Amino acid sequence: MKQIVILSGKGGTGKTTVATTLSTVVKNKIMADCDVEAPNLDIVLQGEVIKKEDFYGKESAVIDSDECVQCGLCEELCRFDAISGFKVNPLYCEGCGLCMYKCPVGAIRMEYEKTGEVIVSKIKNGEKIVYALLYPGADGSGKLVTEVRKKAVELKGESSYMIIDGMPGVGCPVLASATGTDAALIVTEPTMSGFEDMKRVLSVVEKFKIPSFVCINKWDLNEEVTEKIQNYCRENNITVVGKIDFDEAVVESLKRLKNLSEYKESTAYNQIIDIWNKIENYLKKGDVCV
Amino acid sequence: MRNVKISVLSGKGGTGKTTVAVNLAKVIDNSLYADCDVEEPNGYLFLIPDITKEIPVKIKIPEIDYSKCTLCGDCVKACRFGALAHIGKRILVFDHLCHSCGACFEMCPHNAIIEKDKIIGGIRIGKSGSVDFIEGKLNIGEAIGVPILKEIKKIINSYNDKIVVVDSSPGTSCSVINSIDNSDMCILVTEPTPYGFHDLKLAVELVRSMNLPMAVVINKSGDEDEIIEKYCKEQDIDVLMKIPFKKEIAKAYSKGKLLVDFDKEIKDKFKQLSGQVMELIKR
Ligand code: SF4
Ligand code: SF4
Ligand code: SF4
Ligand code: SF4
Repeated sequence: MKQIVILSGKGGTGKTTVATTLSTVVKNKIMADCDVEAPNLDIVLQGEVIKKEDFYGKESAVIDSDECVQCGLCEELCRFDAISGFKVNPLYCEGCGLCMYKCPVGAIRMEYEKTGEVIVSKIKNGEKIVYALLYPGADGSGKLVTEVRKKAVELKGESSYMIIDGMPGVGCPVLASATGTDAALIVTEPTMSGFEDMKRVLSVVEKFKIPSFVCINKWDLNEEVTEKIQNYCRENNITVVGKIDFDEAVVESLKRLKNLSEYKESTAYNQIIDIWNKIENYLKKGDVCV
Repeated sequence: MRNVKISVLSGKGGTGKTTVAVNLAKVIDNSLYADCDVEEPNGYLFLIPDITKEIPVKIKIPEIDYSKCTLCGDCVKACRFGALAHIGKRILVFDHLCHSCGACFEMCPHNAIIEKDKIIGGIRIGKSGSVDFIEGKLNIGEAIGVPILKEIKKIINSYNDKIVVVDSSPGTSCSVINSIDNSDMCILVTEPTPYGFHDLKLAVELVRSMNLPMAVVINKSGDEDEIIEKYCKEQDIDVLMKIPFKKEIAKAYSKGKLLVDFDKEIKDKFKQLSGQVMELIKR
């Protein structure tokens, strides 16, 4: 099984549109939505939830007020200002355990906190999507991403591909969504910020020594920046696998919560098919013809 | 005088959070724009500030003093983030996993741990016309932006009597909490699509859990606004502004232009927004 991660540097570049379209274009696959802070894949694919597992992502300190002698040491030691008035604020507690180690009367214990859920759902064609929900304010999205991918590998069966909808951004959860994949598809848009974000995410992917492909969404919105992106990719030996038009059909599909594949005639849809063909070709033969 | 803090956030990136934040900062006199999206600060692309100061942000990571270390392994046991490992005759530090909590330092029975500084990013300070500008940036691949956010907060507090517009981190993680806490108003930017709606609900939940006042701005507004409006009404949240969905706006954005500089109508809308926000805060 080959794993392909879709990244974007930042949200809102059309990553989900590409991912959901690939969900109908690519045959025999499992999908993993690793955008654990705002998973979108299942919303549009409207799968049926078949399994839910609680995720205990983080430890948090708990003070037993009956035991506490109010010496104040824990508050003084905690570097995250998570303790005040002999109480722990779980939103700020990093779960480092220092207060527990140091409390002179053993009044502090560490408890695992439920920070999210890993969910498996089944879409119309019988294939599965694994995604997760990180509770608002919870941290540790990197761990949850790893959990989603683990679950997807567990359920992959005979799939030939795993399509991973990655975390936006360039932090540690992105590393978690790209580690060990066979290729990265980076969706960018021709805006100055999009270009900057793309450069940053490329520098992350570079660390993994996997091939990265770039596709420029809404390229015709700004041909000048598109040109800049293409030049940049050329200079850095990164293949631009395709450009997607600013297409009303995409706007429509987003609004109506429909898959772009229901707009078979649309240019954007056909451009995405084309992009996939090139990537598949690469994965099978090790080269892309562009 | 105390600063007023207005935070702009969105359940997710790409909904126009930065657009709202920079344009709002621009129409307010005496404003301070603080880009807390430390993974990808983009506000500077629009505000083009003159940077006058750059400050590195450091965290403490452990270093082992082998003249004292007995390789007892207590530090490895104490670290709950797997940032230390005992291999052969050494204690390895994986600094990208280190949360800088100090547990190893405190628990070493032989005082063999020295805490040294590591730079994880920086803060840039400057001015864009009348707008004061602060931006935090995390070095690529670093895990935790919170130390930078805390530093930004300190700097903001060193200013007096400003209207601070915070461009928050995207998402709903603990970074967001650190960028928006103590806000006098949170502006949630959303799009009238089912996705936007879904992400908005998460953001509302977060802001509620922090007990902060909030209002909504609809970006890419069009004939589908109703899904957002209906929800806001039910939740008793004001919808303060709508930015229409126009290709020209997307184009201006792509060139790094401020909307208030190119569209009179939108400029008025932003002025109105700032007025409304200040009204709501006073109430
Ligand atoms: S260190 Fe222990 S006894 Fe002292 S204040 Fe904290 S919890 Fe209470
Ligand atoms: S576990 Fe660490 S972060 Fe949490 S309260 Fe204790 S010392 Fe603070
Ligand atoms: S706790 Fe101190 S002495 Fe023990 S292994 Fe760690 S650094 Fe060395
Ligand atoms: S400071 Fe905390 S996280 Fe870093 S190595 Fe020491 S115990 Fe681990």
